[in-house]
Amino acid sequence: MKKLGLFIVVIAAAGLCIPFACSKKIEGSTDNLSPLQPAKTDADAGSWKTILLAGPTEFPVAAPSATTTPDYIAQVNEIKSWQANMTADEKAIVKYWSAGAMLRWNEILRELVAKHNLPPYQNADNTYPIPSANNPLAYPLFPFSNPPYAARAYGYVSAAQYDALVAAYYYKKLYSRAAPYNVDATVNVLIPKSDLPSYPSEDAVIEGASVEMLKLLFPGDQEFVQQKAEEHKRARILAGANVRSDLDAGEALGKAVAQKFVTRARGDRAGAAVGTQAQWTKLETDCIARGEKPWMSLEVPKRPPMLPFYGVVKAFLFDSLTAISLRPGPPPATGSSKMQQETDEALNFTRNDTREHYRIVHFWADGVGTATPPGHWNAIAAADFIGKNFSEVRWARNLALLNMAEMDAAIVCWDTKYFYFNPRPTQNNPAIKTLTGIPNFPSYISGHSTFSGAAAAVLSYIIPENAAKYAGMASEASLSRMYAGIHYRADCTVGLEVGTNVGNYAVARGKADGAGN
Amino acid sequence: MLFISCLFVSGLRLQAQTDADAIMMAKKNLCVGGTYGYSGWKDYWEGTLKRNNQNLGTVSTQMIGIMGTYGISKKLNVLFGLPYVQTKASAGTLHGQKGLQDLSLWLKYMPLEMALGNGTLSVYGIGGLSFPVSNYVRDYLPLSIGLHSTNLTLRAMVDYQLGSFFTTVSGSYVVRSNITIDRDAYYTTEMHYTSKVAMPNATQYNLRIGYRTDRIIAEALLSNWTTLGGFDITRNNMPFLSNKMNMTNVGINLKYNVKAIDGLSIIAGGNYTVAGRNVGQATSIDGGIFYILSFAGHKKTTTNTPSK
Repeated sequence: MKKLGLFIVVIAAAGLCIPFACSKKIEGSTDNLSPLQPAKTDADAGSWKTILLAGPTEFPVAAPSATTTPDYIAQVNEIKSWQANMTADEKAIVKYWSAGAMLRWNEILRELVAKHNLPPYQNADNTYPIPSANNPLAYPLFPFSNPPYAARAYGYVSAAQYDALVAAYYYKKLYSRAAPYNVDATVNVLIPKSDLPSYPSEDAVIEGASVEMLKLLFPGDQEFVQQKAEEHKRARILAGANVRSDLDAGEALGKAVAQKFVTRARGDRAGAAVGTQAQWTKLETDCIARGEKPWMSLEVPKRPPMLPFYGVVKAFLFDSLTAISLRPGPPPATGSSKMQQETDEALNFTRNDTREHYRIVHFWADGVGTATPPGHWNAIAAADFIGKNFSEVRWARNLALLNMAEMDAAIVCWDTKYFYFNPRPTQNNPAIKTLTGIPNFPSYISGHSTFSGAAAAVLSYIIPENAAKYAGMASEASLSRMYAGIHYRADCTVGLEVGTNVGNYAVARGKADGAGN
Repeated sequence: MLFISCLFVSGLRLQAQTDADAIMMAKKNLCVGGTYGYSGWKDYWEGTLKRNNQNLGTVSTQMIGIMGTYGISKKLNVLFGLPYVQTKASAGTLHGQKGLQDLSLWLKYMPLEMALGNGTLSVYGIGGLSFPVSNYVRDYLPLSIGLHSTNLTLRAMVDYQLGSFFTTVSGSYVVRSNITIDRDAYYTTEMHYTSKVAMPNATQYNLRIGYRTDRIIAEALLSNWTTLGGFDITRNNMPFLSNKMNMTNVGINLKYNVKAIDGLSIIAGGNYTVAGRNVGQATSIDGGIFYILSFAGHKKTTTNTPSK
């Protein structure tokens, strides 16, 4: 009866605890951040080296009206009117956006990538439909933001945000118009005060550049994006951080700079990366002609390879000849005993499927419905950048370095994958049952390893005291693909090396861009 | 004493039938036994769209379980069940899973038993707690062996027996705890930057009609599980733990108390998912063998029928 008594107590306690005390509300890791208070304002960032812009003045920003004019005073009064009637929702919006504009737009981008990272369902005749940018809301939804697509999206958005911010900081210093709370002490200020001039608004620059890039990259999600944009601008007025003309000028500058990146993106050859049936067949016959066993889709029905011509997309950090020079030497020949040995190793990993292996495999899988490996590295970077209290422009510069490296890592990795067209372990031995899904593209070299090698190199440059941590994470991400049975050892070790080589181009750029660390 | 295996897209959700039937063990009697269950599905509902998946083929779940019921008194029984579960996909490359799943503990109380018309009406209040006993992989649907939440079930049940025929109706509310997965971000209908997943609560309804004597029980069963909240699997996506999983099953259960050996019974059952959402359309069979140990010093009995 004692045990029964205990049981009754347990049930009663659970009955009380689960519905009431143990609320189901879950707090996200960035839901409750303090407002961003940069350790340095980086007020001289207008002199940092731009990526596509010829210089910070390529897109002119008109001089703002003086803070003594009726125009400006009216704008300050707009802030006061908004603030007089603030709702709880509005306070929540201010809190959300005050954690950092770069952080929030990066999170929004990761969210869009995760939403769209879904392979289309097959047609009735067992072919697969290809998403169309011209009809993004019809199935299959555009885009299918698989890892290469996502890497490019992160790259372009971050690069555009950075160039736009460099221009904005140039004009901030040039016009030096103080923030409204520094002009009028009666303005209520809901965020940490700063001496950084507020015209044009860095928040609106980021918002404008992001919105413009996302029109290109996620054309079916404008309702969501525009709602975020409106919210963001309103948060800045509610917070007393910007007057409306700060925002208007910033948004216009952000959009103008982003247009330059949109133009580049439309001509960077990504549009032809899907290829045609004839091209897919040629990859196979060329591989056979080299005396190697060609890659084959392991999906049913067989799916065309993922973006096989992504390898010729125009990189940010180097020219196309350099991209080819970064391609590693061949994997072990498919008929070799070395390849047999590596296939056996993959089989052994899947037979030794410990719980710890699953944890590692699933933590790093970043497959269907996720922000992809580059997105995961953005999350890792963001978590550490938060702790560093970087200014918005430094956030942008660091994310641009990271994401240009990720995009260019995707280019070199995809070039390598389709140059060698190497089968997955399970194609060599169908007994290999994998701990996560097998990506639908050739094995050599591992995308996760390449992305992780590049990210670790860049992040170790930005936050040197974390270098060992990033190296450990990259190596675990790489190893996870072997534990899962979806990659050979050679794919992973060479992938990490190639990724590091690509990342070092971003590091070299960072060392020369005038930002310092 | 039967098991029903409810197969979610997720895998087997073991449920002791005794926690939803109108059979009480006599005081100081312990009924223990072992069961085996198989469940398989080829078609599933992606949201409301029925489809199959050639990269999974038939997803099958096998379960062996031990369970028991002890009569604290004629009106109060305590029950337990613990399954070992193994999953497999017949096509595609995904690795199957196996492991000890969730331990369930139940208290079953019969506060009222009375004559009504020519028959007997009995009323039950049932409370159950189930929780994972191993750190099994959960964020791996449909091959996970379970969802890894701790569940509290509160159930009200009424039984009416007229001669050898009976009907039992029950309704339950299931409170499910949040769970933790191996990832630190996931997308449902929006992004979540956390490894915690909120699991929506659920309701269960259960209707049984059949023939019941001290020797034999034969019943037809209709059951429903409805998730209160959750979201649909998006097009061609994988299922997720907090999906809106609903299912309606029909089935039959048989129990036979072996004449030659007092206290020994064998069970068999089968059921089929007739409607669902974000779950597999499963066909399930199960069987088991049970024995009653009496600590009361007198004849073993199953007290199959309400006593009047």
